[in-house]
Amino acid sequence: MYFKAIRLMQLAPGPALLLLALASGAAWSDDSKYNMPMGATSVSHSIYDLHMVILWICVVIGVAVFGVMFYSIIMHRKSRGVTPATFHESTQVEVAWTVVPFLILLFIAVPATTTLLDVYDSTEAELDILVTGYQWKWKYEYLNEDGENVAFFSSLSTSQDEIHNIEAKGKNYLLEVDEPMVIPAGTKVRFLVTAYDVIHSWWVPELAVKRDAIPGFINEAWTRTEGTGVYRGQCAELCGKDHGFMPIVVNVVSQQEYGEWMALKKAEAAEVEALMAQNFTLDELATRGKAVYDRACLACHGANGEGGLGNAIAGSPIATGTMGAHLNAAVYGVPGTAMQAFGGQLNDVDMAAVVTYQRNAFGNNMGDMVQPVDVYNYKKGQQGESQ
Amino acid sequence: MNDHHHGPAKGLKRWLFATNHKDIGTMYLWFSFSMFILGGTFAMIIRAELFQPGLQLVEPGFFNQMTTMHGLVMVFGAIMPSFVGLANWMIPLMIGAPDMALPRMNNWSFWILPPTFLLLASTLFMEGGGPAFGWTFYAPLSTTYAPPSVTFFIFAIHLLGLSSIMGSINIVATVMNLRAPGMTYMKMPLFVWTWFITAYLLIAVMPVLAGLVTMMLMDIHFGTSFFSAAGGGDPVLFQHVFWFFGHPEVYIIILPAFGVVSQIIPTFARKRLFGYDSMVYATASIAFLSFIVWAHHMYTVGMPVAGELFFMYATLLIAVPTGVKVFNWVTTMWRGALTFETPMLFCIGFIILFTIGGFTGLMLAIAPSDFQYHDSYFVVAHFHYVMVAGAVFSMSAAIYYWLPKWCGKMYSEGMGKAHFWISFIGFNMAFFPQHFVGLAGMPRRIPDYALQFADFNMMSSIGAFIYGLSQILFLFNVIATIRGGKRISDEKVWEGAEGLEWTLPTPVPFHTFSVPPQVR
Repeated sequence: MYFKAIRLMQLAPGPALLLLALASGAAWSDDSKYNMPMGATSVSHSIYDLHMVILWICVVIGVAVFGVMFYSIIMHRKSRGVTPATFHESTQVEVAWTVVPFLILLFIAVPATTTLLDVYDSTEAELDILVTGYQWKWKYEYLNEDGENVAFFSSLSTSQDEIHNIEAKGKNYLLEVDEPMVIPAGTKVRFLVTAYDVIHSWWVPELAVKRDAIPGFINEAWTRTEGTGVYRGQCAELCGKDHGFMPIVVNVVSQQEYGEWMALKKAEAAEVEALMAQNFTLDELATRGKAVYDRACLACHGANGEGGLGNAIAGSPIATGTMGAHLNAAVYGVPGTAMQAFGGQLNDVDMAAVVTYQRNAFGNNMGDMVQPVDVYNYKKGQQGESQ
Repeated sequence: MNDHHHGPAKGLKRWLFATNHKDIGTMYLWFSFSMFILGGTFAMIIRAELFQPGLQLVEPGFFNQMTTMHGLVMVFGAIMPSFVGLANWMIPLMIGAPDMALPRMNNWSFWILPPTFLLLASTLFMEGGGPAFGWTFYAPLSTTYAPPSVTFFIFAIHLLGLSSIMGSINIVATVMNLRAPGMTYMKMPLFVWTWFITAYLLIAVMPVLAGLVTMMLMDIHFGTSFFSAAGGGDPVLFQHVFWFFGHPEVYIIILPAFGVVSQIIPTFARKRLFGYDSMVYATASIAFLSFIVWAHHMYTVGMPVAGELFFMYATLLIAVPTGVKVFNWVTTMWRGALTFETPMLFCIGFIILFTIGGFTGLMLAIAPSDFQYHDSYFVVAHFHYVMVAGAVFSMSAAIYYWLPKWCGKMYSEGMGKAHFWISFIGFNMAFFPQHFVGLAGMPRRIPDYALQFADFNMMSSIGAFIYGLSQILFLFNVIATIRGGKRISDEKVWEGAEGLEWTLPTPVPFHTFSVPPQVR
């Protein structure tokens, strides 16, 4: 009898624990560490409810099926001296276990359909934001009704030292960006999602928005949160080397704060416009250029210009060659390689700064520089040539 | 028997020029196991990097090569060839045939594989590294933005397709033509049925995969723009074509596993399979449905809502025949006289874990919820419950079940049970927490993660190491059995075993059923 009990115990715990874990996973639903977040929008709430309904249906079916099986495993053991039954084939039983699951599926399909229709209804949006995925950052362009669009890039702000375990990791490790998307609360915001190079996917769990960003196509998604808050997400589609390092931060603020922020962004754009005409010293350009480099170039070319996915900048034939060739590579990229065309990503001031920085840092010491207006004229000239 | 002088050739020739279905089956099984170890090594590297947040062991680019190669090697090198090997061994024995219908083609379809995987693995040492775009190799990451080695990858896929198609034609030809007198279709063992249907799936979808990689090849080298929007193509087209292959592919992997479980459970329940006919119909329904559900892998690409609804409803329907299968297995056990030898333990493990994988599959089918699950670790957990606890567990069951018959020696039951329990615990420890991190928002295919995912990832890594080590025990047990296992001569090996293969002497002679048996 004792040995029998031992053998029973050998069989029982694994599956029982699994079920327990499954059920408790549901019970811990408030803690987003174990379960889907309820999120901040009506869509995220209905998706969460749908998720919990299906989960519980699965748990109930699981308990029933595994319950029958374990009853059988315990009671119908050969060691108990049972003689096997000989029954088999029953059309009634087969029909029953075909029809009953079908009805359960119908029961699930109804709320699933209504929720899906809701997700797809991106009409009557009050604000449109064009979201473009790049290797490996996001660009947000606010398509304002007054025609004054505001655009900026949003990339990972976690330091390389944190990633390489040199510094302690901060609270929002890998989920922080230099410039978050800002949207107003209580407003239906429509995201027009696309990509520049490969396929990315824009995912913020608490907004329950996940849309693939596909080059050449524009997908739609929308959100509307009543309260304010900061919501974090990540790229969800493998997009190359730094797929794990292009987070998303959405800062939902009050209508008023949003208005102030937008005014500030427009003023910044005007400021860059003004800087265009200005002449900088080499030091000014290099200082600004270092910040741009760390943000735009470092991931591929290394903190000290030593290279990585991209070629080394230190001593490179381009950074120590003619200015024209250097600008060409930076503005138009190098076709067939991972080197992107940064002409559309950096404004002319930042472009001038970073090129100047690259030519004078990492021991390159070229001593020359390029002004924003030169970059502007360079782009114009190239366009003239190509037309 | 007059076939004493027809013994196997000696030395290397026996294997190089093999036409005997048992030898080819054996080679397939050993090859797939070695690929299982290789793909497992890649997995260990992945789990070691994910043991803690931060980058410790490998660079992100190499990490992507590991996830890609792990998927490719496991799907095309380990799981698929292992079931082809089992089919080679068992189908002729189960239907009373002397060999496979096309033995020389059989030799070809095996011998294409080793050089192909050598080619695929060699890409890891090429300039720019191996494929790093995931086993689903979505364009344009796998075309315009791919490393140069992608051309070798494309060639490898072509060769694999060739091997699979030849293998399936062979199985179809064997099942249709070489059944023993009296063995009608509806008397065939379920393993034969599931493979018969699987072979048709393979013949239908492997050419689609070949077409897909050919289009990639054209895009990369010959200036076409199938998948490049800039040239008038469509990156989403890639995904539609890929998953038109890819969804049937997952049933190609799991249907033979269903067959194995349907053979083993009646043996150890000492009771006939409850609903043979409905099992056959359910398999056929699953195969049919597999062709009309592909886009449920792509709910987030921005399909029209009507398309989403169609694929959601069609996918939900798959739960019905799959449920029928699970209910049948459980009812077969009901009021049987159960014993729990290693193959049975693996089958029970299969039913529990595969059913959990089926449940999460049902959840993933719901399009609006899938917007949250898609491309998260929830998906990783789901398909490992189906692929590992489904296909690999059933394969382990099959080896323990038929190995004594093949070599006339009994494996160590203690070691077998230890293998089961260690892998059961390790597997669940590795993959159950992945449901949690996925739901909480961790994307798949990332080399580093936010801090809130840290403890479950560590648990997952430890579980994965345990699961990996348990396979060494399996290897040891199999070798120990072949070299020095306890000799047995009982034809049936298992008390409750039914079927033609158990009427043969133990160990199975080199040539069998030279005179077809009569089936009543």
